Amino acid sequence: MGSGTNIGRVRGLGSAQEGAHHWIVQRVTAVSNLLLVLWLVFSLIRLPNFEHELMVEWLSSPLVAVPMMLMLVSIFWHLRIGLQVLIEDYVPDHGMKFGLIVLLNFFAIGGAALGIFSVAKIAFTGVVA
Amino acid sequence: MAGASGSASNRPLSPHLQVYKWGPHMLVSILHRATGDGMALVGVPLLVWWLYAISAGPESYAYFQSWFDWFYLGYIVLVGMSFSFFEHMYSGLRHFVLDAGAGYELQTNRMWSIAVPLAAIITTGAMWLYIASKNIL
Repeated sequence: MGSGTNIGRVRGLGSAQEGAHHWIVQRVTAVSNLLLVLWLVFSLIRLPNFEHELMVEWLSSPLVAVPMMLMLVSIFWHLRIGLQVLIEDYVPDHGMKFGLIVLLNFFAIGGAALGIFSVAKIAFTGVVA
Repeated sequence: MAGASGSASNRPLSPHLQVYKWGPHMLVSILHRATGDGMALVGVPLLVWWLYAISAGPESYAYFQSWFDWFYLGYIVLVGMSFSFFEHMYSGLRHFVLDAGAGYELQTNRMWSIAVPLAAIITTGAMWLYIASKNIL
């Protein structure tokens, strides 16, 4: 693909000079996912039960709320890149591909925002109900 | 890419799926994508729903739990998601080694490709045995 010829660059076929960015972010978030999801798994299985009262009390602790929020950012970032690769591999139509990647961005940012806000609300309001 | 000339050209085609001999490295690659996309499309929305339900109050959380209890659905999904996580985790660790340029020798690659799903099954089983022994779910 137009590796450096003038007409190739005009048509946008040359290197965008940022080809490795997603690759690196996917690996950085893989490491943070590894740490944070293992933290979640070990924390959850060590809880005595999963009643609402205990969940609120547990999530109110900064040492739970903060890693939970960081985990949401890490997970949604990682899955945004991963699902983009899925779409790029299996959706040949350019319009459909573009639309699905836009939807994916809405899903990733909206989902992360809802999750983080929920954790913040629990942490800041504590046991009310 | 070379495909620009389309089907009119008479160039040799790359071996297609039916020509490949099935091997563990193919299985672990397919499982990596399937488990990752499965967690992204099922597990993560459930995680957010769980956090939202806790934040919205006891009734909302009870509704979440009513879906969890419906016909063992929660157990089926959680076992699937926990296996997906461990499979994706071990497979991802394998990818880190491959990224470093190591582990491409045929026997080594084959060995780790078999080890990854086995480790995921063993870890998932161990975790659920621990959960069952504590009787917390």
